[in-house]
Amino acid sequence: MAYINGIGLISPQKTAGTRVFLEEIMEYTSDYLKCIDPVYKDYIDPIVSRRMSRLIKMGIASARICLQDAGCVIPDAIITGTGLGSVEDTEKILGDIAREEKFLNPTPFIQSTYNTISSQIAIILKCHGYNSTYVHRTFSFESSLIDALLQIEDKMAENILTGGIDEMTMNHLQITRRAGHWKREPVHNLSILETQTQGALAGEGSAYFLLSSHQTSSTYANLKDAINIFLPPEIPSPALRDYLSCFLQRNELSVMDIDLVLLGMNGDSRYDHFYTDFATNLLPGKPQGYYKHLCGEYHTATGFGLYVAASMIKSKTYPEIIHLNSIQPGRLKNILIYNQYDNLNHSLLLVQG
Amino acid sequence: MRIFVTGFGLISCLGKNISENLNSLLRSQSGIGKIHQIETLLKDEFPVGEVHFTLEELFKLAGLPFEEGYSRNALMGIIAAREAFSHARMDVNSKLRTGLISATTVGGMDRCELYYADFLQNDSRNAYIDTYDCADSTEKIARLLGIHDFITTISTACSSAANAIMLGARMIKADRLDRVLAGGTEALTKFHLNGFNALKILDKEPCKPFDEHRAGITLGEGAAYLVLESETSVRKTRNPVLCELVGWGNACEAFHQTASSPDGIGAYLAMKKALEMSGLSPNDIDYINAHGTGTDNNDLSEGKAIERLFGNRIPRVSSTKPFTGHTTSAAGSTEAILSILCLQHQVIWPNLNFQTPMKDLNFIPVKKLLQNIPVSAVMSNSFGFGGNDTSLIFRRTQDMGDEGLNAE
Repeated sequence: MAYINGIGLISPQKTAGTRVFLEEIMEYTSDYLKCIDPVYKDYIDPIVSRRMSRLIKMGIASARICLQDAGCVIPDAIITGTGLGSVEDTEKILGDIAREEKFLNPTPFIQSTYNTISSQIAIILKCHGYNSTYVHRTFSFESSLIDALLQIEDKMAENILTGGIDEMTMNHLQITRRAGHWKREPVHNLSILETQTQGALAGEGSAYFLLSSHQTSSTYANLKDAINIFLPPEIPSPALRDYLSCFLQRNELSVMDIDLVLLGMNGDSRYDHFYTDFATNLLPGKPQGYYKHLCGEYHTATGFGLYVAASMIKSKTYPEIIHLNSIQPGRLKNILIYNQYDNLNHSLLLVQG
Repeated sequence: MRIFVTGFGLISCLGKNISENLNSLLRSQSGIGKIHQIETLLKDEFPVGEVHFTLEELFKLAGLPFEEGYSRNALMGIIAAREAFSHARMDVNSKLRTGLISATTVGGMDRCELYYADFLQNDSRNAYIDTYDCADSTEKIARLLGIHDFITTISTACSSAANAIMLGARMIKADRLDRVLAGGTEALTKFHLNGFNALKILDKEPCKPFDEHRAGITLGEGAAYLVLESETSVRKTRNPVLCELVGWGNACEAFHQTASSPDGIGAYLAMKKALEMSGLSPNDIDYINAHGTGTDNNDLSEGKAIERLFGNRIPRVSSTKPFTGHTTSAAGSTEAILSILCLQHQVIWPNLNFQTPMKDLNFIPVKKLLQNIPVSAVMSNSFGFGGNDTSLIFRRTQDMGDEGLNAE
């Protein structure tokens, strides 16, 4: 259990550096949802940021926003989840070595290393505490949260800066579209659930949270628990239903206690029914919300989901743009966030008021 | 809560399993040589610690038929993970909660760099598109071995696998898992070679850590996994215990993205945390398997940190990178295993290629293989770019028989 005492989120919505919660919604008809860049010089010395690639800047700026929001100067630990790290830098090196293996600029190599974001934040903050980076598709951000929860429960740290960050580039979009991940045509982000076509609408984002052992005046909500479950069809394993009941049980809750289910639906006709099945079969009659029409799909998109859940609890509002069904929650005490990827990687987050 | 090591598996330039690696080590024979498996202009410029098998041969060793979509990275991971898994007789149908925590820094880059132009231009290599990320090898291992309760992948540059072992222990300690397969896999690529070359930290000769005339890193590749079990799990599996993981520490230099601080603050803090946690005194550590990359920077910084922590009673120290090359993300688990072999066989591995003591340090590494020497606690250091430093301590377990935990 950890209190969420600060949030810094750079996303395709106007979320960076404001506590206003989804009042003005950005609409796009595009190939992917691109983040709205904040004014980086407000957060990073321009001399320092001159050679930084975009992902690193996004990470540092959102980490700074989060710490300001929480009123924390130096956290005890920094943990980042990123599915792909700096795609831009990796592409530069791949281009360079394909042309000629000579006179390479070392900067993209350094920045392509997945742990650069966590360690750059540590360098800027002079934070010598625990530092780690998780790089496992849609488990990346969740693993960071689990690591942070373990540390707080074990009293290894009191304030942990924990984030999830991924970027999209045109090349990467083109390549991963070949693998079938994305829709073939530009789509209107607020209409993704009506498309009935294969593939998701891609997105990106950087979300940092200050997870703490104690409550403060800036506390949003409480991250009660998080799990990753890997369920390939060929492995004999308990069903998702069993993992869910185990998860609720160890948090001393039953299905009845869940006030709202926040689903990672992304408009991919091949997979959205897994969310519908999950919510209707395992949590029948519950209010259902969704958020990926606002941020797009990316490996660490549950960072946006956690922002939505925590902000709903803090503001005691349930914005209409989130509604997936018409059932209204009686209260916003227990929010369950469910995400899946390829029907293999499943994760559950429990957020409490 | 005690954490027991009950299995391990290793593939490196020294051999395709634990016993081949052990034989090379006991003969003080390095695995470093010329590049054969990668087409690169740097082929004759830098020696490496290469795993001596083609992709096709790795498929055979992994017991799999050839299939599109497999990288060297994944295949080496499968080979080592499987050895560890069968060593610890892991039965996935048992009620024990089992996890896989793997580490890698460039994932399936070995195929990606070959097919990148195709990725951009045509559909001929689509089977490899999703295999270039870091999670691919982890998921392939999990699927083959049937692990589903928890899987994740860590990337903290050259300390990645040490952090995987550390998280495994913490997941058991927190009672989220009963046992964990933890380690890392890394295939050498043009990407690595050119990246490290651009940083000008590769030695043209096999590396010579802790030598006054050291000239940089020799890169290597391989995969290494350990099986960690809780006490409850060991009582159920009745696995013989290899040793106990008694301490771990992770700290960050917060100094520079690729260089270590001159006083080795990150290294010092990581070793200190691990030592404090283990409850051992500095005198109890019989051997430090140093990170010892052979760069000017690392060896000075690590050496200073060792001097600061251990004062004038410095344990025996060596870097085994002149044997294996620097296997980057897999170095943490590779060297953890090499350290555990010291506990098992009561030996200390030499720091090959060492000739001239460093002016700035008041200790020298072990020069020749030491045999029949009491080794009951070892420290294994892994430090990475970004100042991600981790130290692990393993101890011989006194109350373990060959039949597992002594009966209550």
